[in-house]
Amino acid sequence: MKNLKYILVGIVFGLALTKGEAISWYRIQQMFHFESFHMYGIFMTAVPVGALGLILIRKFQVKTFSGDIVEMPKKEYHHGVILGGLIFGFGWTLTGACPGPLYAQIGAGYSVTIVTLLAAIAGTWFFGLLQKYLPD
Amino acid sequence: MDFLYKPWPWYVAGPIIGLTVPLLLLMGNKRLGISSSLRHICAACVPASIPLFNYDWKKELWNLYFVGGVLIGGVLGGIVFTDGTTELMPREYFNWSELSTSRGLIMMVGGGFMVGFGTRYARGCTSGHGITGLAALQWPSLVATMSFFLGGILFTYLLLPYILAL
Repeated sequence: MKNLKYILVGIVFGLALTKGEAISWYRIQQMFHFESFHMYGIFMTAVPVGALGLILIRKFQVKTFSGDIVEMPKKEYHHGVILGGLIFGFGWTLTGACPGPLYAQIGAGYSVTIVTLLAAIAGTWFFGLLQKYLPD
Repeated sequence: MDFLYKPWPWYVAGPIIGLTVPLLLLMGNKRLGISSSLRHICAACVPASIPLFNYDWKKELWNLYFVGGVLIGGVLGGIVFTDGTTELMPREYFNWSELSTSRGLIMMVGGGFMVGFGTRYARGCTSGHGITGLAALQWPSLVATMSFFLGGILFTYLLLPYILAL
């Protein structure tokens, strides 16, 4: 199963989210109230470490494990980045969860957050339904 | 082993999260992004005839395996390797009976809905824009990440106190 290895990476990622308390509703509140450096510290170490990895891959033209050229992630601007971003921010403070923690909160024993995940799937679906009426 | 049972400081969790970005690229040109999984679930279960959900989601199966792993990581971090002293969620707001109250519905159903709706509208979330996009120096991801925080801060100060008091 070529996809099994991604479970392993997911486990390590989920473990870091959970032990790092990035799935904590309390930590998200502290972040939005500027009461603790913790969450900012996570972002301010995760981003440079990731960026350094990408820079090294580019500089030394590192190939993927199967020998392919690495395609760098690209994100294009559209107005949804702002409009959707704000809406996501509202949900983030209510649930204490961005999409990664949606899954990790369930695993960590807060069973009711299954409802949060199902609501997020419903939200994604309704966005798809309404997409053509929304400014892009 | 003691280390595994205590909460991790930001300078341990952050770099591990960041390393996921180059690792997934090297493993098979995969981009770290978790809100995509919500789209794949829609595409797999109820695509209807909505353009956003009509694509070959099976090619993105790795992403669903990945989020399955994230859930298992939550089990390990929150149940197996825990000293039992850290509460991650306020159980007075997040429990099953709270779902019959307006506060619980707003927080879990309304909040979850906005997470799903907003991240798809923004075409990425904290991982896809906030970590991957920023690490790849994509300026739209900076706009996105600032919008996430602006939305969160505004809601936290203006509305959340009234919702919590319901």
